[in-house]
Amino acid sequence: MRMLLRRLSLYAVTAWVAITVNFMLPHLMPGNPVQTMIGKLTGRVTPQQVHAIELSFGGLKGNLVEQYFGYLHQLLLGNLGVSITLASPVSTILRSAVPWTVGLIGISTILSFVLGTFCGTMLGWMRGSRLDSVIPISTFFQAVPYFFLGTVLLLVFGLNLHWFPVLGAYSPSVTPGLSWTYIFSLIRYGELPVITIVLSSVAGWMLGMRNMMITMIAEDFVLMAVAKGLPRRKVIMHAARNAVLPSVANLSLAIGLVVSGALLVELVFNYPGVGNLLLQAVLNEDYPLIQGIFLIITMTVLVANLLADVLYFILDPRTRTQAAV
Amino acid sequence: MSAARIPRSPKVLVGVGIVGFFVILTVVGPWLAPYDPSSTNFLPNLTPSGSHWLGTTSLGQDIFSQLMVGARATMVVALVAGLVATALSIIVGVAAGYLGGFPDEGLSLLSNVFLAIPGLPLLIVIDSYLPASGRSNSFVIGLIISLTGWAWGARVLRAQTMSLRNRDFVEAARIIGESRFRIMMGEIAPNLLPVLASSLLFTILYSIGAYVTLAYVGLTSTAVWNWGTMLYWAQANNAPLSNEWYWFVPPGVCIALVGMGLALMNFGIDEFINPRLRAGGLSGRLRRTSGLPRRPRLGFTPVMHHPQAQTSGSVLTKMGAQ
Repeated sequence: MRMLLRRLSLYAVTAWVAITVNFMLPHLMPGNPVQTMIGKLTGRVTPQQVHAIELSFGGLKGNLVEQYFGYLHQLLLGNLGVSITLASPVSTILRSAVPWTVGLIGISTILSFVLGTFCGTMLGWMRGSRLDSVIPISTFFQAVPYFFLGTVLLLVFGLNLHWFPVLGAYSPSVTPGLSWTYIFSLIRYGELPVITIVLSSVAGWMLGMRNMMITMIAEDFVLMAVAKGLPRRKVIMHAARNAVLPSVANLSLAIGLVVSGALLVELVFNYPGVGNLLLQAVLNEDYPLIQGIFLIITMTVLVANLLADVLYFILDPRTRTQAAV
Repeated sequence: MSAARIPRSPKVLVGVGIVGFFVILTVVGPWLAPYDPSSTNFLPNLTPSGSHWLGTTSLGQDIFSQLMVGARATMVVALVAGLVATALSIIVGVAAGYLGGFPDEGLSLLSNVFLAIPGLPLLIVIDSYLPASGRSNSFVIGLIISLTGWAWGARVLRAQTMSLRNRDFVEAARIIGESRFRIMMGEIAPNLLPVLASSLLFTILYSIGAYVTLAYVGLTSTAVWNWGTMLYWAQANNAPLSNEWYWFVPPGVCIALVGMGLALMNFGIDEFINPRLRAGGLSGRLRRTSGLPRRPRLGFTPVMHHPQAQTSGSVLTKMGAQ
């Protein structure tokens, strides 16, 4: 339990740091970008919205400390400002975009972890065999930027071979709702983005698992299991159960990396999530939206981290008796 | 580190070869470029030919020249970011691991916070507030990337330092009365070399990815040619959708190749640290020539006698797995 409490307090501190960085950046950057931006607002959004934006940056009156508390107060009220280009509250925009991203990246990450761990187990068990030639190939996929791999897959399998429908999250001819056609369309349109993210991120899990497997197989308890005459499948499971722990421990740290890469996949496939939104916001210098997205991504990643830690806590009995790692 | 102990598996050699090639390209690339990469003197949208090996952009710029010139900015930013981040991770990681107690709590918290905040969104926020002069400066970009990339290395180095802290040679230095700083830098840091090298490789890998991504999003100056800006222009002009593969595929493949080279080199370091991996990574033919059983046997960590190692008389010592 101590371990979980420690992690929880770490994430609380991290959230506070992210919130504070979010406040400090526009105030500390040279050239006072907030003033400049607000000066250019007239005509694009209503005066009330200008006021909401000012408030979300902590108001423009008073010293930095007062502004900081003003900003925290607005954050608690849920005011993330108003998007300049979309002219609607950032929180409303985020509410419709976040589920797409969480769904896409969440499913991809789980698939990638399961697939990578399984392949890594096999590679570790059959080390030295021909299967090892998968390793150099997998490092290529590990190194290729997510958005580039996405572009190539989109071009080859989406636009030229027409194996997958692409661009968007579902077919424009289907009306969203709880119907089978809609769900089927969602799955079909999600396939290629998910494949992109899985291909790019699977190598890390696979190699980590392989190396742990090779180290684990040399342990006495595996030799013992073989000596007892256990069937091979059981021996592999025996070793894999122990080898997977470092992967699970790393899961919470890797989520941030996967999210960073996967956000751009949304841009390539024109997926309606926050990654796509973030890049549009960057192009238009829509600072309230950029900052709102940064906060929401960070908070979501922290929640995912906590879930991964809970998983580790359940899987590894040592965390329940020993002091925190 | 005697030369004989550095693994010579084909993977590592290929990795060194690839990275070496691109390092040379970094130096000579701008001279190899046949034209000025920004010059718009040619016909637009040419397909690859003898005079334009990779065709031209929709503005009539020579793509091959852009690729050659772009190598330098990409690699320099990655190297700057990699070195600065590794320096930061040594300072934080070794100090935390060696000092322990309250300083360790503080420094570990710092690195864990930076690990938990997703790097790219943070980079994008910082970068979007940068004035134009900052965006075109490779060193500024490199420094900002290093800020988001040091934490992983610090964590690994801390763990390794903690395992070294109470070894006899460190105790000895402490008894002699060496200062803490000297012990950290003179006694502990050299023993972290393999871990350090591995963390440097990964930080450079991360930095290339981060820089290229920032450029692709349009957050670095589009006047500085790098592989990311090439992808940015290709995307902006719909090169992927109009099947102009020769525009956007080469920079992407170059990025992936550099990363692959770095990752393959890292296998060498892994195998150096962990002898079980060293034997596990050998091909069947190499196993026979080094006198190992054809199939790896359970319960044994084979001791490898490399031909070179035998002639030079050094013995491969079995190092404990990390």
